[in-house]
Amino acid sequence: MTDLLNDLLIRNARPYGDEAVDLLVQDGVVTGIGTGLTAPEGTEVFDAGGHVLLPGLVDLHVHLREPGGEESETIETGSHAAALGGFTAVFAMPNTDPVADTAVVVEHVRRRGEEVGLVDVHPVGAVTTGLKGEKLAELGTMAASAAQVRMFSDDGRCVNDPLIMRRALEYASALDVVIAQHAEDHRLTDGAQAHEGAIASRLGLAGWPATAEETVVARDCALAREAGAALHVCHVSSLHSIAVLRAAKAQGVRVSAEVTPHHLLLTDGRLTGYDPVNKVNPPLRTGADTQAMREALAEGVIDVVATDHAPHASQYKDTEWAAAKPGMLGLQTALSVVIHTMVEPGLLDWHGVARVMSERPAEIGNLPDQGRPIAVGEPATFALVDPDAQWTVRGPALASRAANTPYEGMRLPGAVVATVLRGRITARDGKVVA
Amino acid sequence: MANDRRGDVGEGQDPARELLSSADVARTIARIAHQIIEKTAFGPGNTGDLVLLGIPTRGAVLARRLAAAITEFTGVAPAVGSVDPTLYRDDLRRGPTRALVDTAVPEGGIDGKLVVLVDDVLMSGRTTRAALDALSDEGRPRAVQLAVLVDRGHRELPIRADYVGKNVPTSRAEKILVRLTESDDRDGVLIQRPGAAPAEPGVGTEAEPSVGTEAEPTIGTEAEPTTDGDDA
Amino acid sequence: MKHLLSIADLDAATATGLLDTASRLKDTLLGREVRKLPTLRGRTVVTLFYEDSTRTRVSFEIAGKWMSADTINVSAKGSSVSKGESLRDTSLTISAMGADCVIVRHPASGAAHRIAAWADKDAGTTGTHTSIVNAGDGTHEHPTQALLDAATLRERLGSVAGRRIGIVGDVLHSRVARSNVLLLSTLGAEVVLIAPPTLLPTGVAEWPCRVAHHLDAELPALDAVMMLRVQAERMHGGFFPSAREYSIAYGLDERRLALLPEGTPVLHPGPMVRGMEIAPAVADAPNAAVLAQVRNGVHVRMAVLYHLLAGAPE
Repeated sequence: MTDLLNDLLIRNARPYGDEAVDLLVQDGVVTGIGTGLTAPEGTEVFDAGGHVLLPGLVDLHVHLREPGGEESETIETGSHAAALGGFTAVFAMPNTDPVADTAVVVEHVRRRGEEVGLVDVHPVGAVTTGLKGEKLAELGTMAASAAQVRMFSDDGRCVNDPLIMRRALEYASALDVVIAQHAEDHRLTDGAQAHEGAIASRLGLAGWPATAEETVVARDCALAREAGAALHVCHVSSLHSIAVLRAAKAQGVRVSAEVTPHHLLLTDGRLTGYDPVNKVNPPLRTGADTQAMREALAEGVIDVVATDHAPHASQYKDTEWAAAKPGMLGLQTALSVVIHTMVEPGLLDWHGVARVMSERPAEIGNLPDQGRPIAVGEPATFALVDPDAQWTVRGPALASRAANTPYEGMRLPGAVVATVLRGRITARDGKVVA
Repeated sequence: MANDRRGDVGEGQDPARELLSSADVARTIARIAHQIIEKTAFGPGNTGDLVLLGIPTRGAVLARRLAAAITEFTGVAPAVGSVDPTLYRDDLRRGPTRALVDTAVPEGGIDGKLVVLVDDVLMSGRTTRAALDALSDEGRPRAVQLAVLVDRGHRELPIRADYVGKNVPTSRAEKILVRLTESDDRDGVLIQRPGAAPAEPGVGTEAEPSVGTEAEPTIGTEAEPTTDGDDA
Repeated sequence: MKHLLSIADLDAATATGLLDTASRLKDTLLGREVRKLPTLRGRTVVTLFYEDSTRTRVSFEIAGKWMSADTINVSAKGSSVSKGESLRDTSLTISAMGADCVIVRHPASGAAHRIAAWADKDAGTTGTHTSIVNAGDGTHEHPTQALLDAATLRERLGSVAGRRIGIVGDVLHSRVARSNVLLLSTLGAEVVLIAPPTLLPTGVAEWPCRVAHHLDAELPALDAVMMLRVQAERMHGGFFPSAREYSIAYGLDERRLALLPEGTPVLHPGPMVRGMEIAPAVADAPNAAVLAQVRNGVHVRMAVLYHLLAGAPE
């Protein structure tokens, strides 16, 4: 039986910004691409208005806060934000309460994602029990569970102990899963509040030195090389880390890396008013760093954009700087920031955007039905983008429970017109399609 | 912040009309000096009592001029200094923060002395009131008298000058500009009609925007110019 | 001036205006039996201190009282802060009670900035206006300390412009050093920071000052020297090998005092650790300006209150 809900005729869409075509979708799969296509009676016809069609976006790094942090975000509100941002799959980090370090918790997250049904929610399992960095969590059990965990991370904390990290990589190599490292040597960032540099020194904020990232990236690349394991470096922020990644990739180390939209655009110059909406970990760095991030992303040394979407209710942000929790919203602004920082300057074309926001993330996260080419026989999982639209970011208008966007009041290019997950429209014209 | 004590000056507008020329100012000061000598019996053998205290900026200049004139006429010098009423004003919150100026009480203080307060223009009397309060924190004079170069009326407090250089009936909207070479470029007293700018770059105390009560009409008071008495 | 949060917000004219006011207030009160001015009658000044402090809080309190403001002290220990109330709620509550000025000390850098932002936002809806004074925020700034230091230097040296001032010690953790570097350089002085590299922040190269590591080499050319306190907790943080080695390398003893030009003022923000950064004989020498600093502190804080509260609200 064909589920009519997942049948669709998309007219006048431009895949990857190329020539306009029609796409026929049946049972969630693309069955025809051409001009002047017709569909069986009763099929929903969707006029794409000549906008750019991309494979659905995949985010390797989000915090959905459920369970335990529902005052800031839930899997439902986070799924709304993801769908509205053009995402069809997200990886939910395990720093919840309880921590996602057992099959029970990861299965709960996966199931809640399926119930909401707007985006594929893939739980990331913790590398160590309780994110304490002391003892490996049950990686094999979580991988084999109904949640089918394919990525593990202690994100928010670094697996600081080199021996634990070595064991995690070795153990993971047999499970065909990836270890995603929050690269931060905590000994070097004790009390850190901001990028260590001229601005933090003037503001009297304890510095987070770039070397705390660079040294862990270098160490982990060596460990991954010896273990033959897949390593993913979360939210690269320092230009010095890029040289390390380039060298490791040249050696054939199985390492991938992500950059956040905010590390492509924002710098520590924003800290002068001490508004904690700009507090994030790793911290906003210098203009030289953002420039290096853009170039590395264009070059492929950094593989993907991941949002590190980190909602925090106002009581965790509307405080003095030191007391504020680090993190910022990202799901609904990511594509616009990438258009602004990468497409407009000519560093990426739409094929490039598809690569860094859909295809490579799906490969790294081991998702066989995401990040696929727009072609006959492939899943009808898309993001439709109006590249000429302009919009002004307003935190309270975003779908997340929290409003901690650093882009408040900024005018950004590009709008997600529709998101399609296996033939089903999940968001359209800025509204979730429930 | 130290406010700019000068008014904005437009160009090509009506010049202010001169009330007292440079020579008039000199004659007026000399006359007041004689009156002070007469009224206080200051002179050789009676020098210990009199203290002239000017209200900055131009009142302090006038006090020094009066002291010089008294010295010339009597051969002995009276004590002279200045008292800044700013910290005692009742209108501080009505304008930008005022810069403080010198309070210089002469050696020997004011306790038991006859103090003559000196100011350039007397209008509402509020500056004088503030100066009297400042004086009372400095000490306890035997008596206090008031000398002004121009009395333009519009009193808001029961204050009257003992020595007046010239009574000038004015409307509240008019400005009186006093110029003294020590603080400005020449001596003279000008009157400026509403809307006209000073003939020269803003110099008179009266030209200060929003800082002087003397220049500000006060809500609810009679706008009728007063002409109480001739020159003293 | 709406708030006093950072010396960085003051240009040379504004800073000089504050110092001039302080000096006139000092002259005005000199020798008076009754040290009370009516200027801020009916205004309410609240000190909100989240850190222990005697001299700064008392200095502000005296300054307020001498200007006839009603001065109320709130310490974090005795308020609802200990019940877990947020800084935002506490500060807005104090504003709502009618404080015209809140003087805040807090261990977090930028706390005064945040309170000012909340107060301004609140003023937009309620029409009330509260000025915020930073009395020390974390390792960021301590603006009134720098102003009183500059006032003391002006008294001792005639003027600050063109003078070479050495600041010695734990610059990294010192809000006094940050404010002083900004203020003294704004006033035209040449500032030299003298400290081991571990006690200098990364990024200090972009500050408006010079950096040196050898005290003996700098002393003969200084017009004034400011010693910073070395806090006990730093001694165990690995910033330097031992108190003894620090004292040998950076302590101001009598031998070093002799290297300074005759009569060079020695400043210290207090409290002093005698025998550590400053030898007892130096602390009590005629050069030492420590008590003059404390005296000037009251007048400088009166000047700050005058500039914030005496004029029309901005």
